[in-house]
Amino acid sequence: MPQNNKILEVKNLKTYFYTDDGIVKAVDGVSFDLKELETLGIVGETGSGKSVTALSILRLIPQPPGKIVDGEILFKGQNILDMNIKELQDFRGNRISMIFQDPMTSLNPVFTIGNQLMEAILAHQTITKKQAREKSFQLLEMVGIPDIKRRFNSYPHEFSGGMRQRVMIAMAIANNPDILIADEPTTALDVTIQAQILELMHELKEKTKSSIIIITHDLGVVAKYANRVMVMYAGKPVEFSEVDKIFYKPCHPYTIGLMRSITRLDQERKNVLKPIEGSPPSLIDLPIGCIFRVRCEFAVKQCSLSYPELLEVSPGHYSACFRANELFAGFKNLDFLKTKK
Amino acid sequence: MVYFIIRRILQIIPVIIGVTLLLFILLYIIPEDPAQLILQKGATPEALANLRAKMGIDQPIYVQYWRYIKGLFSGNLGTSYRYQRSVNSILAEHYPYSIKLAFAAIIIEIIIGIFAGIISAIKKYSIWDVLVTISTTILVCVPVYWLGMILQVTFGLKLGWLPMSGYGDGSIRYYILPAVTLASVSTAFVARMMRSTMLEALSNDYITTAYAKGLSQFKVIGKHAMKNALIPVVTLIGLDLGSLMGGAILTETVFNWPGVGRTIYLAILQRDAPVVVGGTVILVGIFIIMNLIVDIIYAWLDPRIRFEKVEPNI
Ligand code: SF4
Repeated sequence: MPQNNKILEVKNLKTYFYTDDGIVKAVDGVSFDLKELETLGIVGETGSGKSVTALSILRLIPQPPGKIVDGEILFKGQNILDMNIKELQDFRGNRISMIFQDPMTSLNPVFTIGNQLMEAILAHQTITKKQAREKSFQLLEMVGIPDIKRRFNSYPHEFSGGMRQRVMIAMAIANNPDILIADEPTTALDVTIQAQILELMHELKEKTKSSIIIITHDLGVVAKYANRVMVMYAGKPVEFSEVDKIFYKPCHPYTIGLMRSITRLDQERKNVLKPIEGSPPSLIDLPIGCIFRVRCEFAVKQCSLSYPELLEVSPGHYSACFRANELFAGFKNLDFLKTKK
Repeated sequence: MVYFIIRRILQIIPVIIGVTLLLFILLYIIPEDPAQLILQKGATPEALANLRAKMGIDQPIYVQYWRYIKGLFSGNLGTSYRYQRSVNSILAEHYPYSIKLAFAAIIIEIIIGIFAGIISAIKKYSIWDVLVTISTTILVCVPVYWLGMILQVTFGLKLGWLPMSGYGDGSIRYYILPAVTLASVSTAFVARMMRSTMLEALSNDYITTAYAKGLSQFKVIGKHAMKNALIPVVTLIGLDLGSLMGGAILTETVFNWPGVGRTIYLAILQRDAPVVVGGTVILVGIFIIMNLIVDIIYAWLDPRIRFEKVEPNI
């Protein structure tokens, strides 16, 4: 169960990309916190800024063109954005580590799995090569790689996608990090493998007593594994709450749209899959007023005048919508969205 | 792997036969009488005929060719018309000079080319990058002999810092100008290729992974990006070494370097067919062997090539 002490706090994070076409405000004022032993989901469409948020936490934004222009990222009170290069290197992969989307490309094709795994260990632990090797074997066993002795000397191309992601996970937990950030860890994998990988991460989290930030566009994943969830749209958080609450009573039209667009096996035929109309705005020229306005079926006049702040609709449940309270009070026709966890 | 190497060595044979055949036909077409060449003007017709019979050049071309091939496979490259010495000994005398020069050039190529390429990739669009781009463009465009002469005039004649030509006592001073000249174009190509493969490697996801692990920039670039970026560059350098070892005709001629390139050049002028053919055969042979070595290094660098069969996924 998640504890109450915050291990990570992100405050008003702004990450911009300076391109030839203009400034892309990929992340524009994101704030959230992560508690010990908690799993936090960050949900949104492609281009909503969820991956950039994750990369910003470890300062992995390619610079140029990207730049973190404002905000604070506090890990146990220490601002990551103030760290010098040396501190940052000690920190990355040690206190916070990361799993990426595509295990096909995120492992280096010209080094063995063992080499890359040992490298992760030796970057932070002063032990001998032999000990690191032993440790690697243990890690590979933990993530369920068969025939470890032989596999240790294999190259990534000799592994399937699921197995490579297991290796990535082994690398990520090599130094017992406090936080594991998983950036769409299963998007590139087959459906059956997805479930295995997610289960594995969940198990390891329990074992290693770490917190997880899982970035996904899949609300199903969030429903199953996350404690709290932040929904992002066009670089901004639009709704933030405990998973139960958000699934029980989504208070932002975008979240409502996302829920409608997922297939549900127990759903009656009349509520057929309904995609959200339109596409996300260009992040270069954001419209004045609510960013979701052009796609919102609840839009009112006020929505085009100013941007709605992220406000608490009920304890611990935040929404950035002028009509959040009305949504909370209940549109009867939204009842079908209720989900059992 | 062993099978691969054996197969590649066997492939040399048809190439050598092809090359010698081609050269033989070309030289046969040249209406020049080697016997005349050897005995100079004023020789009697009988003496000429005698010599022709002794050399076997009164025989039809296919007989001559067959004899040559037989000699070749027993390691005999024939006798020079001009010097009345075995081609083997002539080449053996001059080859070391070419090889030493080739290595000097390759060292320049590797150090400067790779270094410049990495700098311009890491500091993309900086002043260094622009500088590398401009200088490589100039080097690629400039003819080798022109560059050689400019260097001779500047550093040899005007400044007097370095010897203008020749092998001298074999000290490093004599190597600098010809090696720089010989390496110029290849260095430019290596720098450019290194820049683009490095940029390509740095854009890969595994680079982000490496940073996320907490590795230093030095390690990320020097290990993760480097090995990937080097694969095509090694090929280029290896092939270059192959062609440089065959002797650089232009550079050796300009700098009066006693290597095999200049020897072949002189042999062409003197219609000394055995030296031309023999020199070329060795040149081709070395080129192919260098190719083979490159392929082996390549397989070592890139494990995806090493295994022809990919193991089934588990
Ligand atoms: S503020 Fe208005 S436009 Fe924006 S989501 Fe709410 S209702 Fe829709």
